[in-house]
Amino acid sequence: MNTTTSSAAAIRIEGASKSYRLPNGRSFDAVKSVSLEVPRGDIFGLIGKSGAGKSTLLRLVNRLEHPDTGRVFVGDREITALGKNELRVERQRMGMIFQQFNLLQNATVFDNVAFPLRIHGKASSGDIFRRVHECLDLVGLLDKIDSHPAQLSGGQKQRVAIARALAPRPEVLLCDEPTSALDSETTRSVLDTLRDVNQRLGVTVLIVTHELAVVRALCRSVAVMEGGEVAEQFAVNDTGPGRERRVTGLGRELARMAVYADVQDDLERLEAAFA
Amino acid sequence: MSPNIVAILPELWTAIGQTFLMLGIGLSAAVLLGGPLGVLLFLLGPGQSLERPALFGVINWLVNTVRSFPFIILLVALVPFTRLIAGTSIGPVAAAVPLSLAAIPYFARLVEQNLRDVPRGVIEAAHAMGASEWQIVRRVLLVEARSGLVLGLTVLAISFLSYSAVAGVVGGGGIGDLAIRYGYYRFQTDVMVLTVAILIVLVQLIQFAGNGIARRLDKR
Repeated sequence: MNTTTSSAAAIRIEGASKSYRLPNGRSFDAVKSVSLEVPRGDIFGLIGKSGAGKSTLLRLVNRLEHPDTGRVFVGDREITALGKNELRVERQRMGMIFQQFNLLQNATVFDNVAFPLRIHGKASSGDIFRRVHECLDLVGLLDKIDSHPAQLSGGQKQRVAIARALAPRPEVLLCDEPTSALDSETTRSVLDTLRDVNQRLGVTVLIVTHELAVVRALCRSVAVMEGGEVAEQFAVNDTGPGRERRVTGLGRELARMAVYADVQDDLERLEAAFA
Repeated sequence: MSPNIVAILPELWTAIGQTFLMLGIGLSAAVLLGGPLGVLLFLLGPGQSLERPALFGVINWLVNTVRSFPFIILLVALVPFTRLIAGTSIGPVAAAVPLSLAAIPYFARLVEQNLRDVPRGVIEAAHAMGASEWQIVRRVLLVEARSGLVLGLTVLAISFLSYSAVAGVVGGGGIGDLAIRYGYYRFQTDVMVLTVAILIVLVQLIQFAGNGIARRLDKR
């Protein structure tokens, strides 16, 4: 299925499973023996209906959830084999952003972005100052450095969260429904920022979303999850015959959207030619 | 000014000083011992990062048990223990022993409840950044819950102002002691009214200060 060697993968999941015990005592298999490779430098979308296991799969990568079976690698390090303290160090290489932003409300934007640098205690206050300024400049919020999150819009909060995730110079950025709490206007600004982060810093982005428009606008590759399994995986801009053979509803819908976009392009070209 | 009040005036200043001493010792014990106990209770609780059902059950039971004693009973029951710690069972320092013992679980519970209001996602984000449990306590929980903790401490201070007055019954000293000895036993209604008025003013001041500090700390 893929031609990349394992060392070129930024994230590699091998046969990972995770089940939960439900309040009624039964167990629910959220992720069923999933294997997945995210190439270095990619923007990779995980889509699916709610309950399909996409968020759980994302959370296995930085072990916010520990898989019951299987292995997870980030770069060439096996995350599932790390002890508690090693995991804490390794998590600096994995930034994460969330649907609800999860910023410290009682801390300034500066202190929020400085948080991951301070907890790992290696950086001097001068280094922290410079790095926080760099990261806020990247997301275009340098002027909000002394604000508190309550004074920011949703899109600005998410961009502060992106700056915070980038501060320790991570190799991968995990995004859990980052635009689901935002309107379409601010969604665009957050997606622009994520694309910028990927292009300028080469950070690999793994993004969970249920919005196909986000996948269309941002992702290069996408995996569709159904019932805890990866049902199919393809390149978003795939124009080949594979597009006609999509097996999932979401996959077919993405193919349809791609066809519409192509037709739109053709029409515009024609109009331009005749004008 | 009535002669009764003029007569107790020198004692009044001592009494106010004793009340503050009792309150100071009790609240210090509450913050220094009850605070960490409350954090522990939160972290060991169901669904939290150090979840330990058995240990949580024991501490939870202990906190409830001490809190279920009517204060006056605790005061009397602890007399041997108080003698052991303070060397005497009368006076404000002695009264501070049962006061502290009651304040510790009280504040622990207030801390636990306030920490539960910190959004789970914020704690999770800190874990995702590689924070240790201690860093999460110090840099996340205490920061996000700080205004609620100040309000909790305000509630505690006001409760224990009245508990310290109860301690007057067994010779604990303080404003309550004055109220009992003069206002109650000697039927000096004017002294009783004065002591109640002082307590009312103190309660208003504590609440006013607590609200003000909490508001300034709250940036949410």
